[in-house]
Amino acid sequence: MTKTSQINRLSAHVCASARTDTSVIINFTYNGRALQGVAGDTLASALLANGVNVVGRSFKYGRPRGIVGHGAEEPNAIMQIGSGAATVPNLKATQVELYEGLESASVNGWPSVDFDLMSIAGWFSRLMPPGFYYKTFMYPAKLWMTYEHFIRKAAGLGRSPVEEDPDCYDKLNQHADVLVIGAGPAGLMAALEAAYAGARVIIVDEQAEFGGSLLASTQRIDGQTAAAWVDDTVAQLRTFSNLQMLPRSTAFGYYDHNFVGILERRSDHLGLCASAGSRQRMHRVRAKRVVLATGAFERPLVFSHNDIPGVMQASSVSTYVNRYGVAPGNQMLLFTCNDSAYQTALDWHRSGRTVVAIVDSRSTPNGEIMAAVAEQGIEVMLGHAVIEARGSKRVKSALVAPINAQGSRLVGAVTRIACDLIACSGGWSPAIHLSSHTGAKPQWDAAIVGFRPGSSLQQERSAGSCRGTYRLSDCLTEGADVGAQAAQLAGFGDAKRLFALPHIEEYGEHPQQALFLVPHTKRSSRAPSQFVDMQLDVTAGSIAIAVAEGFDSIEHVKRYTALGFGTDQGKLGNINGMAILAAALDQDIANVGTTIFRPAYTPTTFGAIAGRDIGGLFDPERHTAAHHWHVRQGAVFEDVGQWKRPWYFPRSTASGSVETIRAAVDRECLAVRNSVGILDASTLGKIDIQGPDAAEFVTRMYTNSYLKLAAGKCRYGVMLKEDGMIFDDGVCACLGDNHYLMFTTTGGAAGVLAWLELWQQTEWPELQVYFTSVTDHWSTATISGPNARRVLAKVCDDIDLDKNAFGFMDWRDCTVAGVGARVFRISFTGELSYEINVPAHYGRHVWETLMAAGEEFDITPYGTESMHVLRAEKGFIIVGQDTDGSMTPADMNMDWVVGRNKVFSFIGKRSLYRSDALRADRKQLVGLKTLRRSEILPEGAQIVFDPQQSIPMSMQGHVTSSYYSANLGHSIALAVIKGGLSRMGQVVHCPLADGRTLAAEIVSSVFYDPKGVRQHVA
Amino acid sequence: MLLIHCPHCREDREEEEFSYGGEAHIVRPLAPESLTDEAWGDYLFFRKNPRGIHHEMWYHGTGCRRYFYATRNTLTYAILETYCVGEKPLVSASIVSTAL
Amino acid sequence: MKKYSGFSLFSNALSYHENWQKIWRSPKPKSDYDVIVVGGGGHGLATAYYLAKVHGIRNVAVIEKGYLGGGNTARNTTIIRSNYLWDEAAQLYELALKLWEGLSQELNYNVMFSQRGVLNLGHNLQDMRDIERRVNANRLNGIDGEVVTPERIKEIAPLINISPDCRYPILGASWQPRGGTARHDAVAWGYARGADALGVDMIQQTEVTGIRRQNGAVLGVETTAGFIGARKVACVTAGNSGVVAAMAGLRLPVESRPLQALVSEPVKPCLDTVVMSNAVHGYVSQSDKGDLVIGAGVDGYNGYGQRGSFHVIEHTLQAICELFPAFSRIRMNRQWGGVVDTCPDACPIISKTSVGGLYFNCGWGTGGFKATPASGFVFADTVANDHPHPLAAAFDVDRFNTGALIDEHGAAGVAH
Repeated sequence: MTKTSQINRLSAHVCASARTDTSVIINFTYNGRALQGVAGDTLASALLANGVNVVGRSFKYGRPRGIVGHGAEEPNAIMQIGSGAATVPNLKATQVELYEGLESASVNGWPSVDFDLMSIAGWFSRLMPPGFYYKTFMYPAKLWMTYEHFIRKAAGLGRSPVEEDPDCYDKLNQHADVLVIGAGPAGLMAALEAAYAGARVIIVDEQAEFGGSLLASTQRIDGQTAAAWVDDTVAQLRTFSNLQMLPRSTAFGYYDHNFVGILERRSDHLGLCASAGSRQRMHRVRAKRVVLATGAFERPLVFSHNDIPGVMQASSVSTYVNRYGVAPGNQMLLFTCNDSAYQTALDWHRSGRTVVAIVDSRSTPNGEIMAAVAEQGIEVMLGHAVIEARGSKRVKSALVAPINAQGSRLVGAVTRIACDLIACSGGWSPAIHLSSHTGAKPQWDAAIVGFRPGSSLQQERSAGSCRGTYRLSDCLTEGADVGAQAAQLAGFGDAKRLFALPHIEEYGEHPQQALFLVPHTKRSSRAPSQFVDMQLDVTAGSIAIAVAEGFDSIEHVKRYTALGFGTDQGKLGNINGMAILAAALDQDIANVGTTIFRPAYTPTTFGAIAGRDIGGLFDPERHTAAHHWHVRQGAVFEDVGQWKRPWYFPRSTASGSVETIRAAVDRECLAVRNSVGILDASTLGKIDIQGPDAAEFVTRMYTNSYLKLAAGKCRYGVMLKEDGMIFDDGVCACLGDNHYLMFTTTGGAAGVLAWLELWQQTEWPELQVYFTSVTDHWSTATISGPNARRVLAKVCDDIDLDKNAFGFMDWRDCTVAGVGARVFRISFTGELSYEINVPAHYGRHVWETLMAAGEEFDITPYGTESMHVLRAEKGFIIVGQDTDGSMTPADMNMDWVVGRNKVFSFIGKRSLYRSDALRADRKQLVGLKTLRRSEILPEGAQIVFDPQQSIPMSMQGHVTSSYYSANLGHSIALAVIKGGLSRMGQVVHCPLADGRTLAAEIVSSVFYDPKGVRQHVA
Repeated sequence: MLLIHCPHCREDREEEEFSYGGEAHIVRPLAPESLTDEAWGDYLFFRKNPRGIHHEMWYHGTGCRRYFYATRNTLTYAILETYCVGEKPLVSASIVSTAL
Repeated sequence: MKKYSGFSLFSNALSYHENWQKIWRSPKPKSDYDVIVVGGGGHGLATAYYLAKVHGIRNVAVIEKGYLGGGNTARNTTIIRSNYLWDEAAQLYELALKLWEGLSQELNYNVMFSQRGVLNLGHNLQDMRDIERRVNANRLNGIDGEVVTPERIKEIAPLINISPDCRYPILGASWQPRGGTARHDAVAWGYARGADALGVDMIQQTEVTGIRRQNGAVLGVETTAGFIGARKVACVTAGNSGVVAAMAGLRLPVESRPLQALVSEPVKPCLDTVVMSNAVHGYVSQSDKGDLVIGAGVDGYNGYGQRGSFHVIEHTLQAICELFPAFSRIRMNRQWGGVVDTCPDACPIISKTSVGGLYFNCGWGTGGFKATPASGFVFADTVANDHPHPLAAAFDVDRFNTGALIDEHGAAGVAH
């Protein structure tokens, strides 16, 4: 094994606690360079092991940046992982588990991160204060798009894939009595207690291993190492069949009524794509109780040039040493304002590398850990601060100076200390993100120098360091208590702890100092940049400038400076930013307040949120019983709602080419009028209505009356919304006493059913009437044309088909092709038509039988396009095409369908008498004939009276339907035109996009067979 | 995403099974023709839209297909009760404000 | 007001940016004003600006319960277009677009109005009929627009999926090249700065709790900072309009609904225009920072919680992954919600009320941001003259009684 490249890898005997396995080498590349890591590494730990300093360039100033943290808080190590269709932008190296062959690249820096031309921007950084773009690039106005082009090019992090995602994602809906989020000390104890009480428990953690902070801890629990205690505890959890463990699973959002979204990364640690199954899985968990045990983030210390590679979080340094066996440097200077970071000095010292000194901003700390440090001979500089880091692509030294007790100014000379690593700890900030998602307002607590979660608005409690409880023993106790209580509140156990709490040796601590901004010899606006948000290059100086410009609320400052808007969402620097703002405003941080965290806690894959409901499953496709017959015939389909309906049936011509839509539709339309056509009308909505009050109810819903409709009869009706506008239409048949069948439009079926139920259930519950959707129960073949009766007669011999015995608008129960059927003699083409309804399973059989029976008449299947032409020839409207939610029956010239004298004021009636509905110049449905008969008006063409007028033109209406009518030999159109019914014979004009203006004459909307004799053919 | 108790099914079900039906307890005028345009317009379009306690209709479209009422806080989204058509709410804005 | 320019930036850099003029004053409220604008969002600030600029009414206060531009101005997806169907709406939005085109210069504040065009996709034959109808109407109203083919759409947005085999294939689109996006915060700040320079008082962190009236006319407003008198009160409070109306004993035909949006992590430029689809319910653009900015329709229920339901986000991203299969591996960085005041006809109310001196501008639903300049312009005119501006007349609240609705649902749909 070659370890030569891993200059910072500690040998296993130096670092026995490491969870990495140095015997398993993993090869990976970084910016094209072949490197090696070991099993258990993250990309970040492997890069640090290899001594990689610069992992990116900053967004605005192009400054070199190194790894700062070890988890979700990392602002700098943003990577493009992999290449090709499966490449993933913007992963944090600290959260990428290393696998063999992993390709990584930094996202900014050209030509390379080590030599980035954008760093020239750094020289001009003083010309780029916050919001500089609001003040510039305005003149000349027309150049903005050019300026913006370059701004956009400079922005963004990684690259989007450009091909379809090769992976798939799935979802699992889960219920839990207790959901524990975070498997650190508090979470593990909570899960243990809740599971023991008998509750159904899910415990999730974003990391590959459970244990949280304990995985990098050197503390001893019950005499064993923390990691050993974790292993035991996890083993114990595993014995519970009522507990589910989800590692590599991030609770990214806490939504209403205890709904939590959890993203499980199932294969990202194995390779770029999943070798089988889904790459990631969304768990949609509805929990009775939630325990938040999400831990805390170490706060950075904000001093000048604190962004130079080699400035790291103290706890991250400890994590790399203890957990990964990596020492990211040689000469460490520790800078702290609290006791907890002293452990980092001990860890570093134990790794065999040099602790240059501990710089503690407090003048007189006396925590017990100080003795342990003194024992190791480590120098401690009390009452001092690192005010500036020096170096370019790696820290070379630190400027250190004594500061006053408040930490607000320097009180002595600056000295320079050589070092290559500055480990920093500004205290801790509870990870209150998920609590904040619920709307709970975070509460500032000066005792912990941080925001605690606000009072719960959901069924949740926080435990451990996410509510500011930092001592390990307290975290364990609190976790256990909250777990037991959660179980009890979910109906399990008595809320009493069942497990003995382990014994822990802990140091007595000295209080931390609130040090949010380290003073410099110069004030913030002039000092070398003191970075608060590294990903977005927000400095203490930028906050000062924002305040000086009058932005005095945290939200304004955040938005003006972009503080916290990065992909790390300010997990490190947000609190510093608020405190710096508070100080600048001379206010208390509690008054300045915090901003509300929003989901996602960490960025969450679009594809996983979308899940399987894409592609063919985006929306269910509905097929009729004869669908595959249509497919075999080469039908072209159109989407109508969820249905696939044959649009037209092009035939192959003798020469082998396929008919155009125009040729096919002309042929289909002629066939219907001259012989017989067949349409699959199965998609029409069908609602079975029964009950003693069915007639009364239907009469209230339609504009016309059904009270006297006899069994065996049908009637066409229009339904209005209460605002008087047409909402749906169709035929309603009386099937028998108290029994009706209502047909709806294809797209309107679901809405109509809900509409009927609304009125019956909420307004007229006294009416006894019941509705059943039977759309899918029936398959409908409509045969239409002068030969329709002849075709039907061949397959139906149990009823009298005589035109008088089975008249227009009658329906009959009968047998068609050996199948029990309902046949309706209704017509949407104006020809003799029979709508043959049979149980859906027989639909294909009956269809094919009708085709065979019709062969001698050259029966022609026709699609929706021909149906539209044929009905337009008759002036029949299509709701949704000729109407648009603003048309009344009168507007459609259909006053004949309105029973104005009905006793009951049907739905929408009153609105027909509002002043606007009575205007004379309402748009009305008319027919249009182009003056040049071959010209076809485009549907959607706008209509003007005077084509010579200048723009804006006075538009009088528009073309709703327009076709070439092969039967008539010219084009026809329907249109709605202001006062159209009183303008018969007038010429109107349609100015088109291509520059032509077509002229047309207003005519009756009935173009064909105005007397309606054809449907009565003998 | 809301968790809604259907008083007909007597189960807590996901919001996705339901659709919202607007303000509850709006009674259709018995004699619409006798109303002024203003009174009719008020019935058609004007709503209480409170920030707080709201009585509203829901429809269990992919469940029992029945409408029912809910008393919900439009600020916190907490559902305080659900009840059947014909029943009266137990919780009202005035009760909640006195409780506070 | 000191002018912003490259030169001012340079000279301020020399003094470490310590001497910039405050963007606005933070005055104590006076005891009374000619006009009080309730609500310091984009529309309210624009109203105040035009009252002062166009009508010379400078004794004006904007009273905001939170911080300026902190409501829907801060939460929308910044899409700007004027391709509305009906004349009344189209002319109003086109006035807005014309004002947008000079706004950075007018305000001396770069609102980053970026005319990268807007595509509204059609996925079925009726969509295409509606698109034809709307584009024809737009053209005759003097609004730019054309109907484009899937191939042209692919040129404009190369990552889009125009395969005829997908569930709802793209059949075409309307294309408005003058549409685009703007930097939402800057709009509020620019108007506030401009209004402040003309003498308007910005009163932040002050909530209006009542509207004092006498003999059917306003006297002023009760606030958390005490009573402030005014001859006229102009309410521009979006999602909270119903609450404010109730203070004056009025009801409005609006319902407040959550409207959600989300952004991805920033990526290098990959989408150079705004793409919207009513049929699959989603829209997306890419900000100058590189985020994909994504939204959809309103949530199903009334809500003031500034958040909505997760399944709406799921459906939105299904739509986005359908339209842009390559975006599937990009990640959602942040999601949030606003409270939009929706009208039954998806058009706003810009109106006098039955109370003398009390005016409402609300009901913008999902389409408010793009209208900001025109909304302020015509509302200021309406308030100043106590008579509807010609472009506002059709938006009187009385239309809900007469039935003269302007039904933009087809054009608004998921709208933005």
